[in-house]
Amino acid sequence: MTTLERPEIRPTGLPAQSWAIARRNFLHIRRMPEMLMDVTIQPVMFVLLFAFVFGSSIEVATPAGYRAFLLPGIMAQTVAFASFIVAVGLTADLDKGIVDRMRSLPINPAAVLVGRSISSLAHASIGLVVMSLTGLLIGWRIHTDVFQAALGYVLLLGWGFAMIWVGIWVGSAMRSVEAVNGVMFATMFPITFLANTFAPTDQMPTVLRFIAEWNPISSLTQAVRVLWGNDQPLAEGAAFPMHHPIPFTIGWIVLITAVVAPLAIRTFRARTAD
Amino acid sequence: MRLLHGWLSVPAASVVGMTRSHAIEAEGLVKHFGDTVAVDGVSFVVPEGSVLGLLGPNGAGKTTTVRMMTTLTRPTAGTGRVAGHDILTDPAAVRRSMGLTGQAATVDELLTGRENLRLIGSLYGLDPAYVRRASDELLERFSLTDAGDRTAKTYSGGMRRRLDLAVSLIATPPVLFLDEPTTGLDPRSRVELWEVLRELVADGTTLLLTTQYLEEADQLSDNIVVIDRGMVIAEGTPLQLKDQSGAAALVVTVSYSGDLQTAEALLRPHVREVHVDVGARQLTAPSEGLAHMTRVAGILDESGIVLDDIGLKRPSLDDVFLHLTGHRAEQEPDAGVEDDPTDPVDHADHVDQTAGGRAR
Repeated sequence: MTTLERPEIRPTGLPAQSWAIARRNFLHIRRMPEMLMDVTIQPVMFVLLFAFVFGSSIEVATPAGYRAFLLPGIMAQTVAFASFIVAVGLTADLDKGIVDRMRSLPINPAAVLVGRSISSLAHASIGLVVMSLTGLLIGWRIHTDVFQAALGYVLLLGWGFAMIWVGIWVGSAMRSVEAVNGVMFATMFPITFLANTFAPTDQMPTVLRFIAEWNPISSLTQAVRVLWGNDQPLAEGAAFPMHHPIPFTIGWIVLITAVVAPLAIRTFRARTAD
Repeated sequence: MRLLHGWLSVPAASVVGMTRSHAIEAEGLVKHFGDTVAVDGVSFVVPEGSVLGLLGPNGAGKTTTVRMMTTLTRPTAGTGRVAGHDILTDPAAVRRSMGLTGQAATVDELLTGRENLRLIGSLYGLDPAYVRRASDELLERFSLTDAGDRTAKTYSGGMRRRLDLAVSLIATPPVLFLDEPTTGLDPRSRVELWEVLRELVADGTTLLLTTQYLEEADQLSDNIVVIDRGMVIAEGTPLQLKDQSGAAALVVTVSYSGDLQTAEALLRPHVREVHVDVGARQLTAPSEGLAHMTRVAGILDESGIVLDDIGLKRPSLDDVFLHLTGHRAEQEPDAGVEDDPTDPVDHADHVDQTAGGRAR
């Protein structure tokens, strides 16, 4: 019987483990750059479509015009889709047994989720950079100070964080990537369009307008518009959240996280424990 | 003994006690999924440095047993120890002492072979320089050196399995669980994988492997535990199991079918009974040992009958399995116990209590 070398297994912490898993997800993107289409070509296409095709017939009172009005909306939609990215990646890993492989290792089981969250947030951030550059090219500008500009981005990323929990929840509950795509398209598209993201709400029928202005995505969009100086004067009868978009956005982020995170963790545990 | 080397030593108590020689112990493992009983009181021990084959049909509870022993699933009742660590009270230590290769090759397809090894190595907290060196050695050992920098997507099924196994070995765990390691492999890849597994065992690794293939269990295992419907129905060495399943047979194959009747007439006074298979030109009789076979061979030889072959046929593990489980269909259905939901195989019922070395 020969003696094999037994390497030292050093206890690592959650951050190091999560980073190792996030790094693996980044490698995926490097191998398949087309995975970034959802935060590059797709939103750029939306920007161009809305700015040049629909934009001419959408009236806004934003001083810099419709393109300045549009950009925060598209960015809000892009970070909302972070849930999509998380869900698809997690379901694929669960489906292929990668999550079980990780769970058989001496690591904190949460590392799988944290690593996935880090890479998804980075993924969504790439979208924000691409959107900002596209915006600059077509005439969008931030008209406020550095602090407010940064706060706008922080709110967007905070929103992405809340969306990660939605993604973990959906990803743990669904059995296939196709199912995730189905559920997310059927929910995220109406939610992100039935809002002030692409068109002002004051022209909408009363019921729709009410729903749109109470839509959490509208709070986020309005908050970012205000912080960047891309907003138009509020129309008469605008719902309460439109008058206080920043506290509402922070509230929504906290509320969504507080409600969905426990559900997500419970669903993930139930999916993996048996 | 290897477990006592290095960092992953077993606790002192188990060194002096009886458990020292058992790298894996399962004690009355039970797992219910809702109303379904997937595993119903499975116990076994695997002595250090040996191979246990967990043999059973689809849905017998093999995978669930492995998942419980590797801390992926919590048992409904019972417990187990891996390298002396309790799966319930110290799962982290269990995970440090074992490697698992699941039923599907769970390598990351978008990563290269080397990156797969590096990922798992860094999750184990191994020194990066060590991981690089060990990766080279493992790739070499599993004949993957040329493919090491290609993404696993481009690998064949056999290569993926080998990479999966290599990944499980990056931290050189003293105990290895392999869940149907050769399912879906072509015969050549299967034999290659067996070779690798034999080397690992020769190096002192303790192996628990599940398989549906009797041949595989026979080839690799020191001991076999046969499970069916979540229960152990027999256990022993491959030889013991074969012995339990009945005596060997004397098989005579004549060269010309015209000689069959003469041969039967010659044989009849010397054996208890004889069965004639005309198509195969074979006469089969219960064996009465080697001396008896030599005598029969002499008689046939003197009569001038030309033989293709004469020999004793031991029951194969396939025969054993049939013997152990085959009676069930004749029994009354055992109401109240349901099948594993993941199992498409229709289980018949009751198990022959006398068949196993330790029937339940």
